[in-house]
Amino acid sequence: MDIKEIIQPENLVYKKPELLNDTPMHYCPGCSHGVVHKLVAEVIADMGMEEKTVGVSPVGCAVFAYKYIDIDWQEAAHGRAPALATAIKRLWPDRMVFTYQGDGDLACIGTAETIHALNRGENITIIFINNAIYGMTGGQMAPTTLLGMKTATCPYGRDAKLHGYPLKIADIAAQLEGTCYVTRQSVHTVAAINRAKRAIRKAFEYNMAGKGACLVEMVSTCNSGWKKTPANANKWMEENMFPFYNIGDLKDINQ
Amino acid sequence: MAKMKGATVINTERCKGCGLCVIACPFQVLALSDKSVNRKGYNYAVTVKEDTCTGCTSCAVVCPDGCITVYRKKEE
Repeated sequence: MDIKEIIQPENLVYKKPELLNDTPMHYCPGCSHGVVHKLVAEVIADMGMEEKTVGVSPVGCAVFAYKYIDIDWQEAAHGRAPALATAIKRLWPDRMVFTYQGDGDLACIGTAETIHALNRGENITIIFINNAIYGMTGGQMAPTTLLGMKTATCPYGRDAKLHGYPLKIADIAAQLEGTCYVTRQSVHTVAAINRAKRAIRKAFEYNMAGKGACLVEMVSTCNSGWKKTPANANKWMEENMFPFYNIGDLKDINQ
Repeated sequence: MAKMKGATVINTERCKGCGLCVIACPFQVLALSDKSVNRKGYNYAVTVKEDTCTGCTSCAVVCPDGCITVYRKKEE
């Protein structure tokens, strides 16, 4: 069969989601952000909520998220995305509101906003990209950096005596009364991406049903910050991140 | 069982040459270009073994930049 025969509109099985526009993404090659952006765009389109979704973009690598997905966005001050999302959701209860935050934004400067928004049970979803490093500013140590992991500000590896212990935000969130769905996913293989997509969809549906706050943590790679190739970064994540940040649902009120 | 034939169309200008699609493909259909680069200077992904593609979409699903479009047709 000729290739031209296969490349016909009726044979199309996968293409870039319509909501994800043609603006070239500023992310490094192989960055997990791109895949998560794609999943968010796909889920919003699948739910038919293109006109009724408001995203809140953070400060960090995902600061320009509003340039890539064609929905309504607001840009929050550093770490304050859950506070802004709370206001949007309370004023506009029929909107689907989510924040998209990295570990520096959510687990460091915005810890208070995050925990209190989740504890109040606001009907928002927090999509949390955990790559255990500050990617945008050049690979400094983050609250989520693993013990022994080398970064620009802990070149001999993170030491518990000096730097404290890594923070498991999703485990904290699962203990709060206000959350209805807390999960930890990854996007390094096709199977993992499909699971992550289902998790985002479930979180958005719980929000629209008014069940409470949702947190979807994505254990991600930062190949530039980790100084690895995209393929090696995925391997490193499987070997080192997954034993500490266990993948799976931590809380689901419907189960 | 009818055999499925697939084809990929790669947006080479958008591609950043991360190579994740090359690893994700179960049939080694894709590879990174040897010498040619796109306008950004990346060695972009190219289809090297067109015949073996089944249109499973693995490459397109893992692509962080959504550069790959996949088509699939049943072989008669």
